[in-house]
Amino acid sequence: MAGLELLSDQGYRVDGRRAGELRKIQARMGVFAQADGSAYIEQGNTKALAVVYGPHEIRGSRARALPDRALVNCQYSSATFSTGERKRRPHGDRKSCEMGLQLRQTFEAAILTQLHPRSQIDIYVQADGGTYAACVNAATLAVLDAGIPMRDFVCACSAGFVDGTALADLSHVEEAAGGPQLALALLPASGQIALLEMDARLHEDHLERVLEAAAQAARDVHTLLDRVVRQHVREASILLGD
Amino acid sequence: MLKSKTFLKKTRAGGVMKIVREHYLRDDIGCGAPGCAACGGAHEGPALEPQPQDPASSVCPQPHYLLPDTNVLLHQIVSAWRPGTWASVASSLRLPGSLETYVEQEQGENANDRNDRAIRVAAKWYNEHLKKMSADNQLQVIFITNDRRNKEKAIEEGIPAFTCEEYVKSLTANPELIDRLACLSEEGNEIESGKIIFSEHLPLSKLQQGIKSGTYLQGTFRASRENYLEATVWIHGDNEENKEIILQGLKHLNRAVHEDIVAVELLPKSQWVAPSSVVLHDEGQNEEDVEKEEETERMLKTAVSEKMLKPTGRVVGIIKRNWRPYCGMLSKSDIKESRRHLFTPADKRIPRIRIETRQASTLEGRRIIVAIDGWPRNSRYPNGHFVRNLGDVGEKETETEVLLLEHDVPHQPFSQAVLSFLPKMPWSITEKDMKNREDLRHLCICSVDPPGCTDIDDALHCRELENGNLEVGVHIADVSHFIRPGNALDQESARRGTTVYLCEKRIDMVPELLSSNLCSLKCDVDRLAFSCIWEMNHNAEILKTKFTKSVINSKASLTYAEAQLRIDSANMNDDITTSLRGLNKLAKILKKRRIEKGALTLSSPEVRFHMDSETHDPIDLQTKELRETNSMVEEFMLLANISVAKKIHEEFSEHALLRKHPAPPPSNYEILVKAARSRNLEIKTDTAKSLAESLDQAESPTFPYLNTLLRILATRCMMQAVYFCSGMDNDFHHYGLASPIYTHFTSPIRRYADVIVHRLLAVAIGADCTYPELTDKHKLADICKNLNFRHKMAQYAQRASVAFHTQLFFKSKGIVSEEAYILFVRKNAIVVLIPKYGLEGTVFFEEKDKPNPQLIYDDEIPSLKIEDTVFHVFDKVKVKIMLDSSNLQHQKIRMSLVEPQIPGISIPTDTSNMDLNGPKKKKMKLGK
Repeated sequence: MAGLELLSDQGYRVDGRRAGELRKIQARMGVFAQADGSAYIEQGNTKALAVVYGPHEIRGSRARALPDRALVNCQYSSATFSTGERKRRPHGDRKSCEMGLQLRQTFEAAILTQLHPRSQIDIYVQADGGTYAACVNAATLAVLDAGIPMRDFVCACSAGFVDGTALADLSHVEEAAGGPQLALALLPASGQIALLEMDARLHEDHLERVLEAAAQAARDVHTLLDRVVRQHVREASILLGD
Repeated sequence: MLKSKTFLKKTRAGGVMKIVREHYLRDDIGCGAPGCAACGGAHEGPALEPQPQDPASSVCPQPHYLLPDTNVLLHQIVSAWRPGTWASVASSLRLPGSLETYVEQEQGENANDRNDRAIRVAAKWYNEHLKKMSADNQLQVIFITNDRRNKEKAIEEGIPAFTCEEYVKSLTANPELIDRLACLSEEGNEIESGKIIFSEHLPLSKLQQGIKSGTYLQGTFRASRENYLEATVWIHGDNEENKEIILQGLKHLNRAVHEDIVAVELLPKSQWVAPSSVVLHDEGQNEEDVEKEEETERMLKTAVSEKMLKPTGRVVGIIKRNWRPYCGMLSKSDIKESRRHLFTPADKRIPRIRIETRQASTLEGRRIIVAIDGWPRNSRYPNGHFVRNLGDVGEKETETEVLLLEHDVPHQPFSQAVLSFLPKMPWSITEKDMKNREDLRHLCICSVDPPGCTDIDDALHCRELENGNLEVGVHIADVSHFIRPGNALDQESARRGTTVYLCEKRIDMVPELLSSNLCSLKCDVDRLAFSCIWEMNHNAEILKTKFTKSVINSKASLTYAEAQLRIDSANMNDDITTSLRGLNKLAKILKKRRIEKGALTLSSPEVRFHMDSETHDPIDLQTKELRETNSMVEEFMLLANISVAKKIHEEFSEHALLRKHPAPPPSNYEILVKAARSRNLEIKTDTAKSLAESLDQAESPTFPYLNTLLRILATRCMMQAVYFCSGMDNDFHHYGLASPIYTHFTSPIRRYADVIVHRLLAVAIGADCTYPELTDKHKLADICKNLNFRHKMAQYAQRASVAFHTQLFFKSKGIVSEEAYILFVRKNAIVVLIPKYGLEGTVFFEEKDKPNPQLIYDDEIPSLKIEDTVFHVFDKVKVKIMLDSSNLQHQKIRMSLVEPQIPGISIPTDTSNMDLNGPKKKKMKLGK
């Protein structure tokens, strides 16, 4: 491929990372008072904000209520200023719907929905130049913040494949260059996969390596998120103690 | 540390984009100097040498590393390269810079200045960093730049800095290095007088604009071998057919060198010319005789008929230079003490190059390599510099090296990394190898090859089945079992692409252990094979085809002659002989059927040298002989190739590696049709079948050799057969073999294409697993491109090797007179073929110091009238052959006319060396 060299001969990527290294991650929980749970995460230049309401009674049509478990409702939207070009995106465009659906699948797998039958949990995610991974990580923190019981953390990370090397946590430049890209949401403790998505063609021999890179990165994310949660709980308990 | 870069960009639609990029600065990039405690093992990749070898520089006596700036590195990398000295310094300067040496672009500073500053900062950091190392290992980094301002700034900052020239001059131990410095445009200007010869090249942006709008055309520049003032440009357009544009005259060639990608402008029709048929070599020593050349140019444009005119153009700019180091010889300047000399490349398509050297007297009479540095507008010749000395002219090793280098044949010994993937000896077939493999050791298999063949890649068998049908098997060495995809061995053989057979040596594609031992299907040993087994009836119709990996044990390795003897002798009735007879019978039917379909039987003269076993000098020359058994083996190889091609295309319609042979455009046949007409014969060229038939009928009772001559000419009209990827093309037809689909399967030891085909077939029958690159059609297309290139080059190298040995042969033989036939007629020469030696040569009728005879050339009949004698194509003449050593650079075979006698031109007959043996016939099928 002409143009950008995504991986130099010395093994560095365009932004100076090595193949397996994550971008810088910063996260905070409980950023909104009025929501049940909320979180903010920064992964490199990708910023995501997640808000969780519930579990509460089903709003709107009661027919949607499920007899044995809670309904997870996810909505994704991206800010107009979040991409390179300022562009107004109508609510409910294809990309947002798809992302919402994927998030729902992920969290239905992770949240112990059977504890709250006939109720609804709303997750609203807003992301700057959002990627699926950042949204999942933000939503995980928000759900935790809301105190909704989950099987485990859901940690997500993307991975790509360039010149025979699997790259973890793709940056925008790397995504834009084309080539296979894989998104993975992992329940780190059990190693179960909540969601795995890939659009491009990739030879099956390579899949395992890329998957491993993404999984390793997701485990790294878990360590970071875990630290954030513990920090948050410590702060909260100090506040309560006073 | 994290740095964020933000910038605004305007999109094509007019919108504004804001781009934010992160940049992580690392703190774990080591300096690369071994023994540096601070960095430890943090450094990966190539390391600096622990103790830089002291190059004894007078300006800098202590040991040091060199840090060249980007321009120096780009221009001088060939010249002053000493591995290890500076490799890793440059690498740490790249964008993912380490924390300490990161430099941000300042306001008002352009990118170049920033880079220069970054290099200076790196040099400073290195010097301070290395000081921290132990005292006995005190090293210094010296900054090399050719930019005067940069150097001044560096010295201000306390960095030892020199220009490239200063430094190299100070290397007292290696005075020859100075010659190798690329001479830069600044110095180059002094060489010439201010007179500007060439028009300026347009900048790339203008060229691209012009190409888009159609005013200019882009193409590959191909200089003519025969005339240095003429060249063609192949336009590679997408929609239009590939077409050719003629360039004539020094100014229109405008400094383009063979193989460059250039932009050309078409001239108005009134200035179009026809390709001249004059043979012209650049021989002037004087550099200033531009006027004289204009004279010669005018000579080219003599009377031509209107329809002969071809599109003519001129070079307006160079899109990409394709310069490489060139082999050749120094033509020492006539002026004593002069340091500037002209270098004459061995390839006649490359212009002569001006170089500067102080060792002209030592380099004289040697083969050297020279690289081009540039070609200023006011210089008749490009400027270059000396790179390497290969050895004495005429030495066999030197000449072989030259022809390998000139044809870009990779011939270095296999590296340790490659050899590490070879199987360990002693090797034997294990249980694991037998998986997915059929045991065919009980079959009576034998191989038939030329004498002395050590890389046997095919073996055959034939037996009668219980139902009365015949089972025929072709067993091919299972090379893909040993060469696993992706490892160093695979990469190296993919790069080499083919084994190159020179007269006295073979340059293997795979290491000898495989080619002559483990893969070679020698007799009486168990070998792994890939078998293609057919069930046929006695009419050679295929009833069933089966492919399988197998183990075989060949019962005999025969030569063609031995196999022929067995078939012919009545009292031999063993298994092998019956098997051979069965094969022979079937092969004849197959061949007949193939020829009925329109397969061509062409001919080209091929010779074989008898070498002296001690000195390896050629002692005799002989055209190759052909037996029935040759065609028997060939017939089954063709059958196997076609069967495999069908199978892999069925299985992998998008990425099968196939071989096609395009039908030549009708204009290619012009020369053949005209030549035949002069003998009152008609050659039809509308289809392959009619061509084959008319060639068969073109016999003359009084002239038996005519048919062979016609076939030789027909071979010259053909296109090259090429490999291609089935997903990238839709024309699969093989013209010469008259087969709708074809591939190469039968020689994996000497061709890489066959290895790929083996892998595809193995996947298709489930005997092996696939791998990513195999099903990537772009990668496959790249492989095909390389293979086609290597095959072409190997062919040229083989021809060059034959030519060189012919010279050696005639050197020992002296002057010989032989019968010859005229192949082509040119404006001032005839090209003749000597059947006895399969040798082709040109007889010139114009010589520099002699008065020119009266020549009348007629293009329509092809004939040349000299004084009163008329020469037609296919006329029989007698020529004298001798080695012309007057020009050391190009020792050549010189031929001169003996009969018919033309006063003043031909040489008196010398009967003592006459040889009236009839020419031996040699036929060769195309596309094998």
